[in-house]
Amino acid sequence: MTSVLYDAPGPSAKRRNIIYTVVFLIIFVLAAWWALDTMASKNQLDAEKWSPFVTDSKVWTTFLLPGLGETLKAAALALVIALPLGAALGIGRLSDHAWIRVPVGVVVEFFRSIPVLIMMVFASALFSQFTNMDSEIRPLWSVVTGLVLYNASVIAEIVRAGIQSLPTGQTDAAKAIGMRKGQMMVFVLLPQAVTAMLPALVSQLVVIVKDTALGGALLGFNELLSQVRTITANYGANTIAALTVVALLFIAVNFALTSFAGWLEKRLRRAKKSSGAEVDRNVIEAGGGIV
Amino acid sequence: MFDFLSSGRYDLLGAFWVTVQLTFYSAIGSLIWGTLLAGMRVSPVPLLRAFGTAYVNLVRNTPLTIIIVASSLGLYQTLGIALGAGENFDDIGFRLAILGMVVYTGTFVCEALRSGINTVPVGQAEAARAMGLGFTQVLTLIILPQAFRSVVAPLANVLIALTKNTTVAAAIGVAEASLLMKEMLENETQALFAVFGVVAFGFIVLTLPTGLLLGWVAKRVAVKR
Repeated sequence: MTSVLYDAPGPSAKRRNIIYTVVFLIIFVLAAWWALDTMASKNQLDAEKWSPFVTDSKVWTTFLLPGLGETLKAAALALVIALPLGAALGIGRLSDHAWIRVPVGVVVEFFRSIPVLIMMVFASALFSQFTNMDSEIRPLWSVVTGLVLYNASVIAEIVRAGIQSLPTGQTDAAKAIGMRKGQMMVFVLLPQAVTAMLPALVSQLVVIVKDTALGGALLGFNELLSQVRTITANYGANTIAALTVVALLFIAVNFALTSFAGWLEKRLRRAKKSSGAEVDRNVIEAGGGIV
Repeated sequence: MFDFLSSGRYDLLGAFWVTVQLTFYSAIGSLIWGTLLAGMRVSPVPLLRAFGTAYVNLVRNTPLTIIIVASSLGLYQTLGIALGAGENFDDIGFRLAILGMVVYTGTFVCEALRSGINTVPVGQAEAARAMGLGFTQVLTLIILPQAFRSVVAPLANVLIALTKNTTVAAAIGVAEASLLMKEMLENETQALFAVFGVVAFGFIVLTLPTGLLLGWVAKRVAVKR
């Protein structure tokens, strides 16, 4: 393997590497020992705090799985609504007419530059005041509204970047054979742009899944993270164990999505069906979509 | 409509000042921790690389909300670690929030720096080695100057995202802008849109200039290839 930074190690470099490895191991073991010792002194390592997750299936059926279900439901709803909305906004931003392009641009930039939590809290207040929405489903729809507003504007940028990443020859050729603007978009540009932006879209799903946890912490939405409270109330103050299990569930879901995005990217590139165009992540993240 | 601003009941500027402080300290912490992580991920030592990769993959896929909540519920309330803030709950929450933000944002800084190093063509280093430059010279004269110039834009994005992410600190009761907004919305039901507008405007004032300024810098310093 050639790296920019170093050559294949020679004898003295190999010796140095072994020293670094040992030093790192010592620091790591000390840190782990300190962490475990602190946890043990507060009785957080006791078997009965961790065993429910293995032995008691009720933890899963009453708390964890329904919580995960709510998380996925909110994420799926947000994606399904945000996707067409985002596509429309993205195409609107590329319009030749300034009276479409400018307002759409303002909307997209506005919702991209304010925190998603602000939108969720606002949506919650809005629903409780202006609608007679049932208070049981209000948290879910507040979260979904916040996610849709934010992610539609991010998806709009992905779509725009996807279309702009296509070689200009595609547009010229479509014009040369006499296509109108609408036809060019539908038959030539969009199908190619979709392959260029699919990996970025799947990655955005990870952001959506992670953001649902905001609703659990601040709006009383019964998603996965909020189950920590009920679990610790029922299984004897096992806060750290419950948080660890919930975090691992989130990581499992998101890791699967990330791996899928990576696989998709490789496959699309190999398939050569795409124009080889790729969405520049920097364009999308400008304004910052990380929460 | 904007009565709530002049009523003196809400310290809006104070809340945004907390937001700015959270961003500032977290940004510095994340930059240091992220650089360390990036160093590990590109180092020739396999164990360090493995640790860096595992850490980044685990933390990136965990919601920031969990990390912040865990730093409060787990670290402070369960284990009693207050980060030297004594008994002052405001200080404790503030420091725990920064810790959580650094743990999380460090991974994004790391990935930005690493991708910056990867944008430097291998030929640059090979040419430098062929000229007889040593490792330190290759790193400081050839690689890093090119790498840093290409990561200004990604790092700016991380900074903007961090600014917005500070709102998550509301989950553990840090009195920043989004928590104040929640309180204002509960009390000032007739000024719903005004409250939202004012807080949104505050965040736009914080994020937009950062993006424009650093975007301009990024364009100026970019290595044209």
